[in-house]
Amino acid sequence: MLSLIVFWPALVGAVLLCLPARLSARLFVGVWIAAGVVDLALVVAVWLRLPRQGYGFEERLPWIPSAGISYHLGVDGLSLPLLALTAVLFLACAVFALRETRRVKSYVVLFLALQTVSSGLFAALDLILFFLFFDLSIVLMYFVIAGWGHGERARAAALKFFLYTFLGSLALLLGIIALFLAAVPHTFDIPALAAANPLAGGGLYAGLTLLALGVGLAVKTPTVPFHTWLPPAHTEAPATGSAILAGVLLKMGAYGFVRIAMPLLPAGWRQYALVVVIVGVVSVVYGALVALAQTDVKRMIAYTSINHMGYVVLGVGAAGLVAGSDVQARALATTGAVTQMVSHGLITGALFLLAGVLHERGGTYDMRAYSGLAARTPRFAALFAVAAFASLGLPGFSGFIAEFQVFTGALGAAPVPTALAVTGILVTAALFLLALQRLFLGPLRTPDAPGAPRPLPDVRVSEALAVAPLLALALVIGILPRFLLDVIEPAARGLVELVAR
Amino acid sequence: MTGMNENPLALLPELFLLGGAVAGLLLGSWLPRRRQGLVRWLATAAAGGGLVGTAFARQGETVFGGAYAVDTATTATRAIVLVSVLLALWLSADAVTGHRRETEFAVLVQLGGLGAVVMAGANDLLLLFAAFLLASVPFYALVGWAGDARATEAAMKYYLSGAFSGVAMITGFALLYGAGRATAYPALRDGLAPAPAALAAVGLVAVLAGLAFKAGAVPAQFWVPDVTDGTPAPVAAVVTTIPKVGALVGAYRLLDVAVPADVVAWPVLLAVLAAASMTLGNLAAFFQTSVQRLLAYSTISQVGYLLMAVAVAGRAPGALPGLLFYLAGYAVTNLGAFAVVAALPRARTLDDVRGLARRSPPLAGALVVCLLGLVGTPPTAVFLGKLTLFTAAVDGGMAWLAVVAIVNTVASVFYYLRWIAPAFRAEAGDGAEQPVAPRATVVAVLAAAVSVLLGIGGGAVLPLVTGGLAS
Repeated sequence: MLSLIVFWPALVGAVLLCLPARLSARLFVGVWIAAGVVDLALVVAVWLRLPRQGYGFEERLPWIPSAGISYHLGVDGLSLPLLALTAVLFLACAVFALRETRRVKSYVVLFLALQTVSSGLFAALDLILFFLFFDLSIVLMYFVIAGWGHGERARAAALKFFLYTFLGSLALLLGIIALFLAAVPHTFDIPALAAANPLAGGGLYAGLTLLALGVGLAVKTPTVPFHTWLPPAHTEAPATGSAILAGVLLKMGAYGFVRIAMPLLPAGWRQYALVVVIVGVVSVVYGALVALAQTDVKRMIAYTSINHMGYVVLGVGAAGLVAGSDVQARALATTGAVTQMVSHGLITGALFLLAGVLHERGGTYDMRAYSGLAARTPRFAALFAVAAFASLGLPGFSGFIAEFQVFTGALGAAPVPTALAVTGILVTAALFLLALQRLFLGPLRTPDAPGAPRPLPDVRVSEALAVAPLLALALVIGILPRFLLDVIEPAARGLVELVAR
Repeated sequence: MTGMNENPLALLPELFLLGGAVAGLLLGSWLPRRRQGLVRWLATAAAGGGLVGTAFARQGETVFGGAYAVDTATTATRAIVLVSVLLALWLSADAVTGHRRETEFAVLVQLGGLGAVVMAGANDLLLLFAAFLLASVPFYALVGWAGDARATEAAMKYYLSGAFSGVAMITGFALLYGAGRATAYPALRDGLAPAPAALAAVGLVAVLAGLAFKAGAVPAQFWVPDVTDGTPAPVAAVVTTIPKVGALVGAYRLLDVAVPADVVAWPVLLAVLAAASMTLGNLAAFFQTSVQRLLAYSTISQVGYLLMAVAVAGRAPGALPGLLFYLAGYAVTNLGAFAVVAALPRARTLDDVRGLARRSPPLAGALVVCLLGLVGTPPTAVFLGKLTLFTAAVDGGMAWLAVVAIVNTVASVFYYLRWIAPAFRAEAGDGAEQPVAPRATVVAVLAAAVSVLLGIGGGAVLPLVTGGLAS
């Protein structure tokens, strides 16, 4: 079942690859949408039958037994929400892409491959399998940014993205090798390593292993000071590429913390949890402050991503502060971190798609070039406002649920950092209100071409169909979060127990 | 050792290569020029026969008075070299057809391949030197094969550095023989234990200089860029792939079997050479604009990764399987990259490949797979090779070397991407009207496919290259 979810998009992509490129663009995107619907349906079926404890839908085949590598898939409460997020976001991008005209066949095939890679990463229970998907996501995203971005600068940004995140992935590989060698018998299997807990004693080796893993995952998450690749990559990527990059690919780093670093290196994680908390808080505050100073709407959203991923890092760090907090608080922080991953994926995905709408109409992301759009494009203004309020953590949306849990869980163990992190919400609120005011209020002004005023049409049906469900889902999670929390909480509690042993 | 064991059938794959070369030479002398393609078919049949012979060879013994080892390492080298010969024969097919030295190309490739195999199996200093010459002389001629001014200059340079390292090597043998009083590896090991360490060290360094020349590693890497850039792509493909395989396995066997690490501290020396090779190769490759020069430097850095295995020889169980698997992956992937170059005979600079994705999607796909394969992106064969080598390096107590290799791997992405990126640009390059060589394209796609399959099917292949050295 999981193999089908993972490889179904790639299979469809392979079939599309055999068709001639001159067929209509609608056909390719239509097949992509259909494939996405099927994948989402399969994920929902898995969701309904997930066991409350342990891994569900496990598949395990020997792959390279002499090197300790197996093909091992499985989902639990930590990975399934992200798997579902992947399916939802890719479907949204497929609908959004109905308007794409440039080399549609390659575009669709690339995104289908990317969906396979992303789903595979969240379902992988073997470190090498995880690494394989981790690396391929970088390669495929490079082609998306370089091929469909905004011209020459896109290629430079894509190169920077590739080099930076590839360095991270190889640091991760070093950590994986260190874990492999520490375990007897040598294995790359995640559940086996979690059970064996080979580096329970801590010490220098465990510290260096955690450092390698931590740097590798921190680059991808990204946290300050490893975030510098993110703003140019987002600014130059196409709208759908940005949505996937922010919504799915960033989660790979954060997911790596809860799947690899925490359960496999509990001693090291406890020892350095405070460092993680501090890095998280710095990301929160720094990301928010720099976002406040941006005039480019996409750069602004990119920096709020750093801010939002900072809450995730704060949450998983707090889960390692065993002294000074009880199990319940730590489980709450972990649950909040995972919820935040889902919430950020939905809301930021929607924001990036909306930024793409703006760019398509006006040809620029510069907020100073626009004003008073609310009168001309009411639907766009409404969607953007809802997404902005969701992103700044308004109660009733998923972001509030997530951040509230992170803060509550972290407050007891790390009161000062948590208090500092709360200011991040304040700054985010300010910057989104400022952006709304710049774009939508005041006299109407659009970046006109000389002599010919641009028509600035409102959001089209296909665009609205892509964005609105994401926001609706964020709203549902904000009001009725139990369906999500019931899945995450048992797994988070299990993870906290693994960290505390 | 039971008797002398002089069963010639133990050398069946080597005999196939030799027979293919000799018969090809004779046949080629009698054929008209337009029918010389037959020689390639004969060579193909010989290599195929050699592969069958490899599959059925007995393993784990030494033959001919202990001078030649037939074990996992030799078997793997045979397979790698024979497959490389096959790929080289066919990626060159478009370029050599109708050339007046078409026969010679096939014959020289086979003879050089034979030398590489014997280098890997040599279990005696004298045989190692004979193999060194056998792997060198045909390639001197091959480098000059095109006969134009650039090729002649390249051949001259190759010959001079080869002659120099050959002299260094034979001097080193003399010193090692003087110190250890034997030329057979096992006896040499016993003899070196009480020997003066300085003498043995000087001898070993001189021998390594010769092997480094064949492998194209620091400090004997100067010929690589000039030879690779000065010769046609098929020739460059051969000289940067086939001798490397023999030299590296030969070096591994020599160090692991014959030279005790407590007499001469070779692990550190090899580690430094490995780090220097990968770093120098990468730095020099950064801003190259000629595709063949870029690939030349890339092969130097690849040798650096491979030398990691030699540096931890005997101290990490994954070193030998890692070396052999990486060599297999490297040979296929590198030949695939050269096949792409051979398929575009007029595209000599990175800019000339612009618009390739539109003109020939399969070729562009092969280029991406091969170059990302050389980077070590999963699931290609080189990734699995790198994984086992990095693991062996950390396991063998050289974690710093693994870190250096990782930093270098990231740096290498930069120049490989400089090549990939223009291929996907929409606008066409100056070479837009150039023909795409059909057979080289097929080889490129095939090599790319094998490189991926070898990585995915590593579970089946890795046990085949796992085993000890016979001595």
